[in-house]
Amino acid sequence: MTAQLAPEAPGAASLVQPVAATGWRLAVRRFRHNTLAVIGLAVIVVIVLFCFVGPFLYPTDQTHTQLSQANLGPSAAHWLGTDAVGHDVLGRLMFGGKVSLTVGIAAGILATVVGTLWGSVAGYVGGWVDAVMMRVVDAGIAIPALFILLVISAITTPGVGGLIVILGFVSWLVPSRLIRAETLTLKNRDYVLTLRAIGGSHARAIGRHLLPNSVSTIVVAATFQVADAILLVAYVSYLGLGVQAPATDWGGMLSAGLTAAYSGRWWLIVPPGLAVILVVCAFNAVGDGLRDAFDVRGR
Amino acid sequence: MSILTTTDLGIAFATESGTVDAVRGVSLHVEPGETLALVGESGSGKSTVALAAMGLLSGNATVSGSAVVDGHEVVGAAEPALRKLRGSTVSMVFQEPATALDPLTRVGAQIAEVIRNHGDVSASDAAARAVDLLDRVGIPSPAARAKAFPFQLSGGQRQRVVIAMAIANAPKLLIADEPTTALDVTVQAEILELLRRLAADTGTGVLLVTHNMGVVADFADRVAVMLQGEIVETGGVEDVLLRPQHDYTKRLLAAVPRLAVAPAGAAAAGGSGPVASAGPVASAGPVASSGDPDGRPGATPVVDLRDVSVTFGRGARAVHALQGIDIAVHAGETVGLVGESGSGKSTAARVALGLIKPTSGSVHLFGSDLRTARGRDRRALRSGIGVVLQDPVASLDARMSVAECIAEPLAVHRRGMSSADRRKRIDEVLDAVRLPRTLASRAPRELSGGQRQRVSLARALVLSPRLLVADEPTSALDVSVQETVLEVLRELQDDLGFACLFVSHDLAVVQQFAERVVVMRQGVIEEQGTTDTTLLHPTTDYTRRLLAAVPVPDPVLQRRRRADRLATLAAVDA
Repeated sequence: MTAQLAPEAPGAASLVQPVAATGWRLAVRRFRHNTLAVIGLAVIVVIVLFCFVGPFLYPTDQTHTQLSQANLGPSAAHWLGTDAVGHDVLGRLMFGGKVSLTVGIAAGILATVVGTLWGSVAGYVGGWVDAVMMRVVDAGIAIPALFILLVISAITTPGVGGLIVILGFVSWLVPSRLIRAETLTLKNRDYVLTLRAIGGSHARAIGRHLLPNSVSTIVVAATFQVADAILLVAYVSYLGLGVQAPATDWGGMLSAGLTAAYSGRWWLIVPPGLAVILVVCAFNAVGDGLRDAFDVRGR
Repeated sequence: MSILTTTDLGIAFATESGTVDAVRGVSLHVEPGETLALVGESGSGKSTVALAAMGLLSGNATVSGSAVVDGHEVVGAAEPALRKLRGSTVSMVFQEPATALDPLTRVGAQIAEVIRNHGDVSASDAAARAVDLLDRVGIPSPAARAKAFPFQLSGGQRQRVVIAMAIANAPKLLIADEPTTALDVTVQAEILELLRRLAADTGTGVLLVTHNMGVVADFADRVAVMLQGEIVETGGVEDVLLRPQHDYTKRLLAAVPRLAVAPAGAAAAGGSGPVASAGPVASAGPVASSGDPDGRPGATPVVDLRDVSVTFGRGARAVHALQGIDIAVHAGETVGLVGESGSGKSTAARVALGLIKPTSGSVHLFGSDLRTARGRDRRALRSGIGVVLQDPVASLDARMSVAECIAEPLAVHRRGMSSADRRKRIDEVLDAVRLPRTLASRAPRELSGGQRQRVSLARALVLSPRLLVADEPTSALDVSVQETVLEVLRELQDDLGFACLFVSHDLAVVQQFAERVVVMRQGVIEEQGTTDTTLLHPTTDYTRRLLAAVPVPDPVLQRRRRADRLATLAAVDA
């Protein structure tokens, strides 16, 4: 409250920068300079194309078992060999990837949306509402997600939709904390106070100021949530609680191939394992890149 | 031999958008026992020079030329050699005492650590010397205070601890970067007094980095004025401040708001008191325009706070931010709300804005009680308010264009307005605050601090408010920018006739700008009245002390004011 004539900060922050680009364009430029993030994005694009477009270029039968074709090694007819019931593994990788990616991405987004709503309401309203809502989150975090998943899966056998809802439900807690913190700082910014002082509505404060300014946080959170969710799908399916045969996903493929691990049929394990690792790493790299790109320091 | 000599010092920073020359060809020297003030506005490179002398520049800096501290070249020196210099030969006092201390370590231990870093001293000796140092920097009961944590000390005491750490190893050069900028004026006066005494006692050379010409006048022997990375003028403090040569120095000094002071000794004996004013005071002063001498015309006030109290928290931890204050602002007048930090002046402004509900008392806005107004009426009342807050960065949403920022009140209160009309209104207010219309499509990020504050002002005026509440609208700005913003504000008020509640810690600004002034202290009003009466002939000791502590940018006058102030304080103590 005393004299606060801006002193020069040491370093570049105090210097007049010739800024012409908008915030978004600047973010894009920064993202493009992050090699790892660009590679991550490329990997995601390639794998999505592989799973969703690949089956048209490399059609295989993933519904009927063909025991005569079981357990073949890689060949010209089956590039990555076949599994114990005669499904082409390369085709199955695409087929299972569709489920893994769909469930992972949808669950990650669902978790972020629920978390954003919960966290922003708690942060904006404040007071006892905030206290109650955040204790709910604390309680949720205190129960291991895996435990909840196992219990739910034991009761029902979820389809793709069910899996999305369940995974989304167990992973919205962390983003809600993140968004609450963001809301707490944003709601006391001078421009929000100014708006409220002249009689602006809460809806306007949230819609025009809080949400647009949290978008970067939300997008970054969503990226990491998707990576987590894909891993979680693989996890759940590996334990045999994922989508049921003949449908499968990468976790399910790993689980099914486990018995072959010691008999030299590497093509049942390595491809789905690599796919999970690649996608999760790629999403994390993109998340890191986005976080750096949106970082306000130095702007 | 000079304790610090820089020769043709150049510093460039590699940034995302290319290399930026922050400092070019700076040559200066500091002699033992002498204080050199490095002054300039933000971005002039003065802090960068200070950091270079400590070898503390960030990794993206390229340094050319030389900086020699006590015979040791700092530019290009290896880190171990620099570490030996820092804290022993040269030490630094930073601006923000709150962040300069480790919050989890007792202050005595922090001082002792500095001592032991540079000498083979036993722990108990270091602890004893830490207590000595606390005594030297004027902390009462130093032995007990040495065991305190930083949060248990006031801001001024914390800065004293920082100074104790800086002088712990009897440095030959002390670099003080805005050492009093974060402090209240009365505390600032004490800290400056302390620094002056320490420097004189030990023959320490001081490099003082500041933007405040009053502090320069109070403390410095010589002055170097920096502009855009270069020194444009250097000389003795009286030469530079009273007879500036360079155009920039002249402009800078002309922009400094000067506190008009009553002839001293008017209250005391009519001795050899200094003569009245200190320069171009309130030339366009609106002082005469106020109606009644008591400043309370009969008409209904635009905003009226009656017996307002605000208490945060409850029980033992309750903080009484406001205790039964009465403030009224009438149409067309400006009321200055002054006080030190924690006085409750911003809280009072927020109560007037309806952002904080008073615990007791009433707030009337345009004659209607804010508590009873509901829904549509309440919103209509609010449309008559304009707001300008302190922080030029946080005041505008970075994701909106300037036009969207300005149009926001229209979007709230004039929903039916056509976009062409809206466009026109934005252009009008941009003209009114003297910003080019082409700025409308720009992002706030591309604007300077002064331009942003004028955008805030444009937004506040877009609904033609009857009341403008301005909370420290210029305190984050350089003086030359402040001058423009205040000028615009005054012109607009003359044209539009809105009432203004102007919150500021800067008595000189308030004196120029307000017709009436309310002096607050710890949640109560110490005194209020017309600016002339209250700030020239204050009736309370507190206001008198506040006024006496403001440094004026005239070294000769300031020397006399300092002597008077110390004499008064001594008289009070006796």
